[in-house]
Amino acid sequence: MPSSDYDPASLPDLLPLYYRRLFPFSQYYRWLSYGGVQKNYFQNREFSFTLKDDIYVRYQSFSTQNELEKEMQKMNPYKIDVGAVYSHRPSQHNTVKSGTFQALEKELVFDIDMTDYDDVRSCCSAADICSKCWTLMTIAIHILDRALRDDFGFQHRLWVYSGRRGVHCWVCDEAARKLSVAARSAVTEYLSLVKGGDETVKKVVLTEPIHPFISNSLDVVKEYFTQYALHDQDLMGSKESVEKVLALVPEDARSYLQQEFEKEKKPEKRWKLITTEAKRKQVGNFAHSFYIVLHIRTEGLVVLQSVSLKSTAKKGQYFEKEIMLQYCYPRLDANVSKGVNHLLKSPFSVHPKTGRISVPIDVSELDKFDPFSVPTISLICEELDRPRPGEEKEKLGDGKEKEDEKDAIEKRKIRDYKRTSLAKYIKYFDQFLDGMARSWKAERLRKSDLQKEF
Amino acid sequence: MQFGGRRKKNSINPQSELYGQHLQFYGQPPLENISLSEFETFAVERLKLLKTVENLGVSHVKLTDLYISKLEKELKLVYSYRKNDFYGPTEYEKRRKDHISHFILRLAYCQTEDLRRWFIQQEVDLFRFRFNDLDPKQQLEFLHKNNLRYDTISSEEKLKLKDQLINSSFGVSGITVMEHEFYKVPFQDALDLVRLRKVYLKQGYAYIPHQDIVTIVLNDFRTRLSKALALTARSLPAVHSDERLQPLLNHLSHAYVGQDYSIQKNVGKISLDQIDSLSGKSFPLCMRQLHQSLRENHHLRHGGRMQYGLFLKGIGLSLEQALQFWKMEFIRGKVDADKFDKAYAYSIRHMFGKEGKRTDYTPYSCMKVILSNPPSQGDHHGCPFRHSDPELLKQKLQVYKVSPSGINQVDSSFSLNHPNQYFLESQKLLGGGKDIKREMDAPQRSQENAASKGSTATQEVAANTSQHLAEMTEDLDSFFQDA
Repeated sequence: MPSSDYDPASLPDLLPLYYRRLFPFSQYYRWLSYGGVQKNYFQNREFSFTLKDDIYVRYQSFSTQNELEKEMQKMNPYKIDVGAVYSHRPSQHNTVKSGTFQALEKELVFDIDMTDYDDVRSCCSAADICSKCWTLMTIAIHILDRALRDDFGFQHRLWVYSGRRGVHCWVCDEAARKLSVAARSAVTEYLSLVKGGDETVKKVVLTEPIHPFISNSLDVVKEYFTQYALHDQDLMGSKESVEKVLALVPEDARSYLQQEFEKEKKPEKRWKLITTEAKRKQVGNFAHSFYIVLHIRTEGLVVLQSVSLKSTAKKGQYFEKEIMLQYCYPRLDANVSKGVNHLLKSPFSVHPKTGRISVPIDVSELDKFDPFSVPTISLICEELDRPRPGEEKEKLGDGKEKEDEKDAIEKRKIRDYKRTSLAKYIKYFDQFLDGMARSWKAERLRKSDLQKEF
Repeated sequence: MQFGGRRKKNSINPQSELYGQHLQFYGQPPLENISLSEFETFAVERLKLLKTVENLGVSHVKLTDLYISKLEKELKLVYSYRKNDFYGPTEYEKRRKDHISHFILRLAYCQTEDLRRWFIQQEVDLFRFRFNDLDPKQQLEFLHKNNLRYDTISSEEKLKLKDQLINSSFGVSGITVMEHEFYKVPFQDALDLVRLRKVYLKQGYAYIPHQDIVTIVLNDFRTRLSKALALTARSLPAVHSDERLQPLLNHLSHAYVGQDYSIQKNVGKISLDQIDSLSGKSFPLCMRQLHQSLRENHHLRHGGRMQYGLFLKGIGLSLEQALQFWKMEFIRGKVDADKFDKAYAYSIRHMFGKEGKRTDYTPYSCMKVILSNPPSQGDHHGCPFRHSDPELLKQKLQVYKVSPSGINQVDSSFSLNHPNQYFLESQKLLGGGKDIKREMDAPQRSQENAASKGSTATQEVAANTSQHLAEMTEDLDSFFQDA
């Protein structure tokens, strides 16, 4: 799909068109109202806009969908961020007694940025991405989506392409929106395996026992590792790369492997050497600790002691797993997830540098997702003006009633996005909302039952 | 539920709902009227109980058999307990007292951070003890009654999840899984376990082994109590305006805090040349030890300087005297006058609140000496009854001529918890002209009592040490009896 025609300078011309005819306001409003279960949920939501010349305005809030539309069409924001649902209307926060204006709820969100992987990808760096390293995002989404669904029980997870070099996740379940800061922080830590900055060489350390979450994550990584790491990233190819990998291997195994690598050059064989060596260590330690456990039990000491002995006795035995995780496991920006009031780029926002729309990602087709085929604003604006085969451009009604006119404009708008590449993404978003709507309905019924008089 | 034989209107009121169980979270305050004397009695009794909890908790590893039997004894007399007495106050009365006394103490202990922390710690320990004492069915009932939606999982489910459970929870083996209860808890209620990935998660629920559920319930209790105390503090002004209550509440909270010996009552009344003789007569063993090693080595390390220096301040040394005292001693060693002024004088002035953030540091209590900053090689500070090698301690006591009869005499009403208290009491006794040796020995012995407290941080170590100390005191007895 040609999208290379985007020029950031044309944004001022394209944005008005986008906000007038393409931005899916009704779906957007449907999302953020959450079925009207809670009063003023939409009205108390904070938005922030980045306008031309980097002017940033916070605490924007709107009473109705119409007001939102009008404002956005007036301001033509370059970027839109979504924040928390507050105790009062954000636009009136200055009138509220200090201390009482508080962020109450927000979706649980995650931000995965390719730059956080610079130490482990050889194809690109910084803001660049390519199809080779995009696999990291695929892996990240598979791992996190599974955990959020199976471990935490979250049903409504929206994954969104950030527009340039990463992905965001919006967990929209009611339970997620109500999570405290402490809970968000705990969830984030549970999901974090890669720790340490530039100075840390070994960023993943595993001890016994291997938690089911880690095993499940490893299963995902293993699916992609050969193609991604051994081939695309040529992990076992260049001397430099091999050195980096071997730095993660315990010393005693390292020299042995270095020797073997003199003889063996094939990446897959080299990797096999590493995994075999690791397995050997694991079996050896297991036999040893089993003996210790038995021994201690017969002495009648506390079981606790035996377990702790087990984990200290074996260090670095899981190094093949640690390598895989260090190179492939998702790296989260904890600060984004922890704060209830943190603002995150909105779905369907435009990325000013690339022109790409932040579109939802269909997780069921995840492996087919290609960030380079995501439509840009210039593309879809262009598509708008292309007449569809056999269709004439609608003329605005002359002398029609106002309502009919409004109707017609709405209908036209709906037809508008449908003839652009944006269509399938909005359709997917609709399905996502339909999924949530069922729970909203149930909630509304429950609430009205409670209020019924007998 | 039948409540005793008392004819009370209260048995109909909603309060009695609260008394349906042995244990409660103290969510609802009592709503009845009581007399002032009942108010005071209840409060004092509970305070005594909490102090017992504190002392036992320091000298025994919590939840060992010894701890349990001792606490049981205290508790039975006063409060509702699983193993009910057939004689004595009725169950209802006990629970009512439990309820009311807790809330009264909240009023007294919500005022400062320290008071709150202490109160919460003892209440949590007491709660832990009582909760653990309930049988599993009662525990589950308690959880449900208090909206803690924790259910146990069936054996079938346990079997299905066995491997995951083993690999998730610390200290859980295949046997543990099958033999012990596992609770299904919403993950939001088990954040500490989730954060560290020490628990199995499935569909938003954490599967927690019984040993860990207590922690969760306790954390819940602690959080609730902490919030409640903060709220209570806000309504204090109203309470304090009642003149009947204010003096009582103050008395209650000071009964705990005790003196801190920071207000120097006798500044300048002690002269430097008295120190040597005083150290032999009225210094507790720890300070005597420090003084001696200062004289011998002409030096003390930082921990020792702090502990001893603050003690000296507490007995009445002025800043000028202190500077002179330390300097005179240090220059006898490797430190010259210049170096002293540069390196050590500052810290002495700091102790007196003349430098830095100008905190006038208070002399260390026994608890602080015992529990913080344990001495290592080359140090002489700490508590000899806690930190010294038992053999050495025996020797020292011998040297200091503690007589056999002195060891046997235990003055139970004298409880020592501060080195400066020891000094004052000793000076009082000496001034009173009583038999020095005999009276001094009693404080010495209660020093041992006060000091036979292990750190609860490393429970096993503490248990061993306590055992050692217990043995040691017995040895001492026999040793001196033979002599």
